[in-house]
Amino acid sequence: MKIVVCVKQVPDTINVRINEKTGTMEREGVPTMVNPYDLYAVEEALRVKEQHGGEVMVLSMGPPQVQDALREVISMGVDDARLLCDREFAGADTLATSYTLARGFARIGEYDLIYCGKPAIDGDTAQVGPELAEHLNLPFIGFVRKIREVRPGFICAERMTDDGGEVVESSLPAVVSVVKEINEPRLPSLRGKMKAKSFEAVTWSAADLEVDRERIGLKGSPTWVVRSFTPEPRGGGEILAGGDSAEIASKLAEKIRELGVCS
Amino acid sequence: MDYLLSEQQIFIRDTAREIAQKKILPVRAELDEQEEFPWDIIKELAAADLFAIFVPEAYGGLDAGILDVCLAMEEISKACGGVAVSYASSALGAFPILLYGSEEQKQKYLPDIASGKKLAAFGLTEAGAGSDASGIQTTALPDGDHYVLNGTKQWITNGGEAEIYTVIAMTNKARGIRGASALIVEKGTPGFSFGKKEKKLGIRSSSTRELIFEDCRIPKENLIGKEGQGFLAAMKTLDKSRPGIGAQALGIAQGAYEEALRYSRERVQFGKPISSFQAIQHMLADMATKIEAARALIYSVARYMDTNPKDMSVESAMAKLYASDIAMEVTVDAVQIMGGYGYMREYPTEKYMRDAKITQIYEGTNQIQRNVIALGLIKRSAGKGK
Ligand SMILES: Cc1cc2nc3c(=O)[nH]c(=O)nc-3n(C[C@H](O)[C@H](O)[C@H](O)COP(=O)(O)OP(=O)(O)OC[C@H]3O[C@@H](n4cnc5c(N)ncnc54)[C@H](O)[C@@H]3O)c2cc1C
Ligand SMILES: Cc1cc2nc3c(=O)[nH]c(=O)nc-3n(C[C@H](O)[C@H](O)[C@H](O)COP(=O)(O)OP(=O)(O)OC[C@H]3O[C@@H](n4cnc5c(N)ncnc54)[C@H](O)[C@@H]3O)c2cc1C
Repeated sequence: MKIVVCVKQVPDTINVRINEKTGTMEREGVPTMVNPYDLYAVEEALRVKEQHGGEVMVLSMGPPQVQDALREVISMGVDDARLLCDREFAGADTLATSYTLARGFARIGEYDLIYCGKPAIDGDTAQVGPELAEHLNLPFIGFVRKIREVRPGFICAERMTDDGGEVVESSLPAVVSVVKEINEPRLPSLRGKMKAKSFEAVTWSAADLEVDRERIGLKGSPTWVVRSFTPEPRGGGEILAGGDSAEIASKLAEKIRELGVCS
Repeated sequence: MDYLLSEQQIFIRDTAREIAQKKILPVRAELDEQEEFPWDIIKELAAADLFAIFVPEAYGGLDAGILDVCLAMEEISKACGGVAVSYASSALGAFPILLYGSEEQKQKYLPDIASGKKLAAFGLTEAGAGSDASGIQTTALPDGDHYVLNGTKQWITNGGEAEIYTVIAMTNKARGIRGASALIVEKGTPGFSFGKKEKKLGIRSSSTRELIFEDCRIPKENLIGKEGQGFLAAMKTLDKSRPGIGAQALGIAQGAYEEALRYSRERVQFGKPISSFQAIQHMLADMATKIEAARALIYSVARYMDTNPKDMSVESAMAKLYASDIAMEVTVDAVQIMGGYGYMREYPTEKYMRDAKITQIYEGTNQIQRNVIALGLIKRSAGKGK
């Protein structure tokens, strides 16, 4: 099977700085690492390869220094990687990111399964995975904590939800995003390190991907960051209990009206 | 100090170090307490290709040398000597096949050893044959296209856990040590069983057992080399492996020293950190000096051995002898520096001291190492005089 993992290079967690003026993350000259969630995705992909044979490829969008992140996953045993790299990709929000990644998949051509992390620890939207699935018109299974079975054309996975879990079956190809409960990523191997030493991923530019230039980078990003701040912790929420469903529904409607969310 | 390691050697050292620090160190006390064989860690070492380093490329290995094995052993031992010997014994079991095995035997057994899918073990010692290996009583008598094995091997590291055993047995008792042969015995062969797991002072996560052979039939194609070459194969194997035990001792000493150094800077008595007392400082200085001397000796001997010299018994024995003797001294002193805390199992220092002791005993006691060195030197001197 051919498994492709989306990997993002992120600033090393301890060193995150927000630009006060623009509200976006400072990325220049900050030490980087592989998004930790993507290491779980890589580990899961390597396990599928161990079971069924085939190939694990990594796809990433970002500046040239992402090659360091790609060498790191190569040292874990990933076979190959592609880097989507072009000045025009800069400033992408999740929509433009997922569109560009989707064009990368079009260029890759054949694949059986796509893994990504649940969130990237910097942007932390957890949107790129599901958006990518939409662009590719593929099923999406999010928040996966366990793969029960995977074989050509079929996957059965356990999703983590707030109040327990769900078991989902799907055809393949599909996009699957994983949470940290799923596994413990392996450490680099000797052969991996030797391969990584001289590894340089093939890069694809905007021109290589035949993208719609209006949909990439800053231009293709409808969201704008107004301000970045640490949100207040969420309250406990309220559970409406007692009474039949009609009663609960009317209580709920009243609450919504009270909150002024809609009239 | 910079020992001018190659890029590959640095990869090996760093890979072993990462596993040792991240995976072994957090569980070593528990492994010691439970006397539990560290399968999870063996799998980590295998996935990281560390079992491949002592096997040639043609058989799925990385074709690295003795120095490379020593680097891995040092790092693993810094965290746990018990895990380290379980790793090293697979190399020990593989060496007779590497040195004297046929092409078919190499093809059949080495790839699984290199990948870490199977562990190997080496069976020489018996109840009546320790330092005096010529006293072995286990027999392997020819019967058609088989040998029939009878006897008991004692204290075999990886016993029960390994799949592949290289065993030294007498194929012709009348010829004395020239009647000993090396054979490959697979786990699961009818007539081959294991004694109980020994309870030990140190290296307690490693498995030490008897190998019991009762009319165990081994196909003749499992003979390593020729009949009568068993004793030679055993001695050449030990020549190859001794620096690895030296490196185990080195890692244990280094680990204990680092623990004592750290502690001495934190522990305050008489209003000062104990590291400010000259008596402690001198102990630390002596410990560090001995460790560095042992490292320099092991690395140079290993490098020399990697040039495939004809005779290296003397140098190989020196590396094991010196490193294991200083490991015992250093670990005892590390406990002394830490006082009562050093004696407590809550700290790793007493374990280093318990683990260090075995390095003066196995793969030939240090008395036997001195015999090997002296006899070798006298032989060389006599050879020159001719
Ligand atoms: C409104 C807005 C404006 C932004 N503006 C900028 C900007 O101007 N400059 C800038 O540098 N960044 C900007 N960002 C950040 C950037 O858009 C996001 O980092 C990126 O879109 C990924 O989103 P995320 O980090 O939330 O990833 P998530 O959706 O949380 O990531 C989920 C998974 O998707 C995959 N994935 C995510 N990103 C990539 C990638 N690049 N390559 C491969 N796989 C990936 C990974 O598998 C990851 O685990 C902006 C973000 C937002 C929300
Ligand atoms: C934990 C452990 C793991 C082991 N693993 C293995 C293994 O995997 N495979 C294997 O084959 N064996 C293994 N052994 C056996 C080990 O190699 C022997 O214990 C060792 O060679 C010493 O033999 P012995 O214990 O019978 O001591 P003895 O030979 O009885 O020696 C007793 C004492 O007499 C001294 N002595 C003996 N002869 C002389 C002499 N000529 N001159 C001076 N002093 C002498 C010795 O130095 C020692 O101090 C293991 C042993 C232990 C404890």
